[in-house]
Amino acid sequence: MRQVNIPCGADLVQLYRQEVGDYPKFFKMDTLSRLGILLTERLVAGEPERFQPREDRAVLVFSREGCLANDRHYVASMEDFPSPSLFVYTLPNIVAGEISIRNKYAGETSAFVLEKYDEEAIFTLVRQAFLDPVTKSAVVIWADCADDTQWNARGWLVEREEL
Amino acid sequence: MRKVGIAGVGLVTPLGNRPADVLTAVRAGKSALALHPGFPEQYYASLLPREGACEEHFFEQVSLQAARMAVEDAGINPSDPSTGFVLSSIKGDIEHFGQNDVSLAYSAGNIARALGVQNPPIVVSNACISGLAALVQGMRMIRSGQYIRVIVVGTELQSPFIVTGFQSLKALSVEPCKPFDAHRVGLNLGEASAAMVLQADEGEWELVEGAIRNDANHISGPSRTGEGSYNALRAVLPHCDKKDLAFVNVHGTATVYNDEMEAIALSRAGLLDVPVNALKGYFGHTMGAAGILESILSMKALEAGVVLATRGFSELGVSFPVKVSAQEQKAAGRSFIKLLSGFGGVNGALLFRKGGSL
Repeated sequence: MRQVNIPCGADLVQLYRQEVGDYPKFFKMDTLSRLGILLTERLVAGEPERFQPREDRAVLVFSREGCLANDRHYVASMEDFPSPSLFVYTLPNIVAGEISIRNKYAGETSAFVLEKYDEEAIFTLVRQAFLDPVTKSAVVIWADCADDTQWNARGWLVEREEL
Repeated sequence: MRKVGIAGVGLVTPLGNRPADVLTAVRAGKSALALHPGFPEQYYASLLPREGACEEHFFEQVSLQAARMAVEDAGINPSDPSTGFVLSSIKGDIEHFGQNDVSLAYSAGNIARALGVQNPPIVVSNACISGLAALVQGMRMIRSGQYIRVIVVGTELQSPFIVTGFQSLKALSVEPCKPFDAHRVGLNLGEASAAMVLQADEGEWELVEGAIRNDANHISGPSRTGEGSYNALRAVLPHCDKKDLAFVNVHGTATVYNDEMEAIALSRAGLLDVPVNALKGYFGHTMGAAGILESILSMKALEAGVVLATRGFSELGVSFPVKVSAQEQKAAGRSFIKLLSGFGGVNGALLFRKGGSL
């Protein structure tokens, strides 16, 4: 099982330039989605047929805080003029959607909130997601942002045979 | 693999709390949609009464009320160690942002502990399909053998956060919503809590199969080809004898794009000859509660032998001849499909079947 992480406080724009470079939508994303895109890039870069649309790969995202870091930005915008571009990131599953769009994954996408980081609980849910017979692999993300500079971000690429 | 049944249900809605009463209200064509003062723009919504409620803990209070009703209906003990708990919500207690811990994890922990559940709670927050996705999750917990029974609660409350957000997206209708209608102009928001107790090999209703699929297209607009919704339908339809399919209860938010997308998905799935209805005209869009609330109403309707009317619909306004149930009609079949779609490109389909006891 492939596992990656992004150190807390890393310069995400610099990582984007080094490791992605050709996906300018990145700049409109909140921190959570940026972390999801970068973690996925580290998991799947170099895969054969990388951007062929596929339904057999799920994207499962987990956190404690959900999207509260971005909710704070939206609340701030409400004082002045509520921002639709911030509002669309106030859902914990948007990061899964961004990963799907970038990588053309048309399989299951799900977002879960747990009381704490618990690898056993995460992988119990991951194994259960494979009850969908179409799902052959999954990008699994734990991305928990306290704010735009502090996070815990790690990812796994899980194949059905590995469980 | 064990069969997953529905052993109990609970509701807290602006149209009543007892499922039988809510069904009666809906069959009589009642709606809780009303015009409310906004922040500052007025908006139509279906809101819960708050008189006498503890304002600070209202989210947990209504969730507990619905959950306890379902627990009592099922006759289970939530403290039994083989019981799991799943909360479905998009924004949880967001109205108290800056005052309380408004994380979904915190609310779920409080609700689960107040119920006496011993196992750690899971929150499914998968945009507007959350309720359906939470039922799929509960089904998987039982099928995998993790739990014998799972309490699934979906709750959404409205607040300036959500209302101004949807207004900023120009998605709200300034009149009661008109699902699938030629003159539809947007959605109405709604508040509710709805709960189900799922149990292995118990209950008159079975959760047969569910699937979640992404459009992989756009984070806030549905696919022009209905891709994810069609793929979700395609995953559940092999588990259903079409002659037994009484209706499809669609998302039907009454936005121009959602309803058109669903019509495309239904057409691609070969379901243009099956009755279709949408319940947003009664309750508004209850977001994290919608999947569970609309499924419970669909179950109760089928038990009464009817396909509920689509309140607000009069003239078909989508590109395919979807059989929208304008008026209540007699139902033929023991199964229905619940269909939902949401931001982030997610879509879900869930097949329900009424049997005898499982």
